[in-house]
Amino acid sequence: MTDTQTGTGTPAATADAADTTNATVTMRVWRGDDGGGEFTDYVMPAVEGEVVLDVIHRIQATDAPDLACRWNCKAGKCGSCSAEINGLPRLMCMTRMDTLPAGEAVTVAPMKTFPIIRDLVTDVSFNYEVAKTIPAFEPGPEPEGGYRMMQIDVERGQEFRKCIECFMCQDVCHVIRDHEDNKPKYAGPRFFIRFAELEMHPLDVNDRRELAHDRGLGMCNITKCCTEVCPEHIKITDNGIIPMKERVVDARYDPVAWLGRKITGRSKKTAEEASAG
Amino acid sequence: MPTADFETYDYDVIIIGAGGSGLRAAIEAKERGLRVALVCKSLLGKAHTVMAEGGMAAAMGHVWPEDNWQVHFRDTMRGGKMLNNWRMAQIHAMEAPDRVYELERWGALFDRTKDGRITQRDFGGHRYARLAHVGDRTGLELIRTLQQKVVSMGTDVFMETKILRLLPDPEGRISGAVGYKRPTGEMVLFTAKAFVLATGSIGKSWKYTSNSWESVGDGHAMAIWAGADVIDMECVQFHPTGMVWPLSVRGILVTEGVRGDGGVLRNSDGKRFMFDYVAPMFRAETAETEEEADAWYDDHINYRRTPDLLPRDEVARAINSEVKAGRGTPHGGVYLDIASRRTPEYIRRRLPSMYHQFMELAGVDITAGPMEVGPTCHYMMGGVRVDAETQAATVPGLFAIGEVSGGMHGANRLGGNSLSDLIVFGRRAGLGASDFAEGRAGTPSVDPAAVAAVIDEAFAPFGREDGYNPYDVHEELQETMQALVGIIRTGPELEEALTKLEELKEHTAKVQVKGGRAYNPGWNLATDLPSMITTSIAVAQGALNRKESRGGHTREDYPGPDPEMGKINFVQRQTVEHGYLAPIGIEPEPLPVMPPELAALFEEAK
Repeated sequence: MTDTQTGTGTPAATADAADTTNATVTMRVWRGDDGGGEFTDYVMPAVEGEVVLDVIHRIQATDAPDLACRWNCKAGKCGSCSAEINGLPRLMCMTRMDTLPAGEAVTVAPMKTFPIIRDLVTDVSFNYEVAKTIPAFEPGPEPEGGYRMMQIDVERGQEFRKCIECFMCQDVCHVIRDHEDNKPKYAGPRFFIRFAELEMHPLDVNDRRELAHDRGLGMCNITKCCTEVCPEHIKITDNGIIPMKERVVDARYDPVAWLGRKITGRSKKTAEEASAG
Repeated sequence: MPTADFETYDYDVIIIGAGGSGLRAAIEAKERGLRVALVCKSLLGKAHTVMAEGGMAAAMGHVWPEDNWQVHFRDTMRGGKMLNNWRMAQIHAMEAPDRVYELERWGALFDRTKDGRITQRDFGGHRYARLAHVGDRTGLELIRTLQQKVVSMGTDVFMETKILRLLPDPEGRISGAVGYKRPTGEMVLFTAKAFVLATGSIGKSWKYTSNSWESVGDGHAMAIWAGADVIDMECVQFHPTGMVWPLSVRGILVTEGVRGDGGVLRNSDGKRFMFDYVAPMFRAETAETEEEADAWYDDHINYRRTPDLLPRDEVARAINSEVKAGRGTPHGGVYLDIASRRTPEYIRRRLPSMYHQFMELAGVDITAGPMEVGPTCHYMMGGVRVDAETQAATVPGLFAIGEVSGGMHGANRLGGNSLSDLIVFGRRAGLGASDFAEGRAGTPSVDPAAVAAVIDEAFAPFGREDGYNPYDVHEELQETMQALVGIIRTGPELEEALTKLEELKEHTAKVQVKGGRAYNPGWNLATDLPSMITTSIAVAQGALNRKESRGGHTREDYPGPDPEMGKINFVQRQTVEHGYLAPIGIEPEPLPVMPPELAALFEEAK
């Protein structure tokens, strides 16, 4: 059952008369908390050029002042306003209303993988707890005149550092989306690319391959759901997870590579040393 | 109604705000071995710093070896129309390179020169290419680097927690901060020996702004209510290039990096109009023809810079004039054209976020056609008056950094100087607050009645019937500030604004909130309104008193700079009564005087 309310207020903050028509949009928004909830319909005037977050803001200003949602930059740069729009994880601030099917209600639900706080706001502390377990970046000794790195070498890490921590890759990953009990042993795609970023950093001397393995890299079966929802278009699977899987295999099972590292004296620390440090 | 319960936490240093400056301060205090906590309104890593695009200015001389701190200092002071605190501008120029190298040691991956060093980009008002950057997402790189460092040090972070008020001990030292946790609505009291304000800007009081909901001037207002001095509140920067269409995205920033990388401004006739707006102060170093301007990108020694890269206040006023003269775009902006000047590959590589932003929000391909841009409220130069060396405010136990502090940028900030400001003075405030905390004897204590009063005021909107809707009050405030305290100001309009703000102050005291305390944005907005009212009044008062045009402050009725006004700051403070309902006093005070060896730098430049 959904409860229907008709938006009566004038569009706040964004609408000038010229951009308003008689058309309406129906927003089917999940309302509730950890005790349960339901979808509520809000029928609002349609305004040209708006994104989903604009309509949510108009609902707050008129019909539902306590409708909870996270947002900050409204420009796709902070990763706060993640939600499931028509069933798909999207940033509300980067989803234009005119890209959604016309004449149909737009459903807006909170991310499913994380516990509900209220309405569209979820408790994403899981991610912040995982972040605490990652050993810090550690550069080798600095040569006279500073470090030198080539553009082509920094670009590999830069791709992963585009991550805005919207956590939609975590939300969509079925290893934890459908299996709550996997969470304690699974870092998730956002942190696999953090491992990859550090592993591929030209200056970092820690070895994170063992740690990535311990944090569930092997549980990922590369369905690429994370890559598909990434608003920064980071190739999480192809450029991050798969190369990391290969490196982990090298580190753990390849005796030639192991011997090679012994001989060439590769400078990376082991995961154990890194964690201890 | 009995006062609600609250949790209490005690630390040595509390830092309010977890953007670039707050994080940098936390690192410094944490390295001292002190008990440090960060308190921020959003999730960690979401602060407004992520919006910074172009880069951080530091005279490293990697691209132009001619660059040095003296040139950076001179650019900063001239950009600020000499209203800056000279010592802050000097410290900033001298220390910025070390702070950038430090970020690299903490894992930041800056774009490189061909020989593998950190590369630097051209930006408005900077004589040489000076901005260390990562494409057009430098702020994200800065915040992520510092965030990861802070987390690895085991720093306590209270996320989604808003501070409402600072409280003194009986000796007048700031000793407590009262606030609430947004997810639950539970009240909290933090006691500490030193407090650092790193709360950012005030831009949410304007309708068209590049600022997020967080930028409501909490720190500016709490400092005023605590009896601290604020200066230069009239100096608000309107960034020349915000998006103008669609209306729902109006105000979102378009980085100056577009112009640094070759983009030019054109009016509806296709003319590069900036050549018509070169003020005398900048004539000697600005190109006079399109040919000269275009040659400058590759040869900064033999050619003069393009006027498209004049300081932001100059460009914003020029755009305003073109639109007023009827030479604007269909949506009331001007054109910013990089498509006809650079290859699509170059644009996508150098400006990936801008490409993405215009494609997804406006359906415009910036590699194929021009952008429509116009001024948007962007940055607050004015703020808490601080000691240049330590960032200490005029009230003991209180420190301020970044946008909530005043003086560094004078009347107008140069692009690229904010990220470097955050790390230079973030470190110094961390040191200053740590020294203060270590030197402070006894346990910080606050008056329980004062805590109760803050809590009662915060909960009052729940108990009202037939009160004002906080969203309506906010919208009316934004309309007022946009129309009457915008980019071009007049005396009568500022007086009208102050009358209107008095009315909105009364409405703020009577707002009504529905629902519960847990994650209730209506209530959260109701608790933001007092900060917005106080800062808006301070901006309007400063603007009314500064009877001249200087930097970000433009008076139509006093169109030129006044040399006498150029020697003073307007200082505002509450001396008798405190809080958003109480008046704020304002008086002029002389600027600190620059020593002769620095003053000589400006003689040489002539």
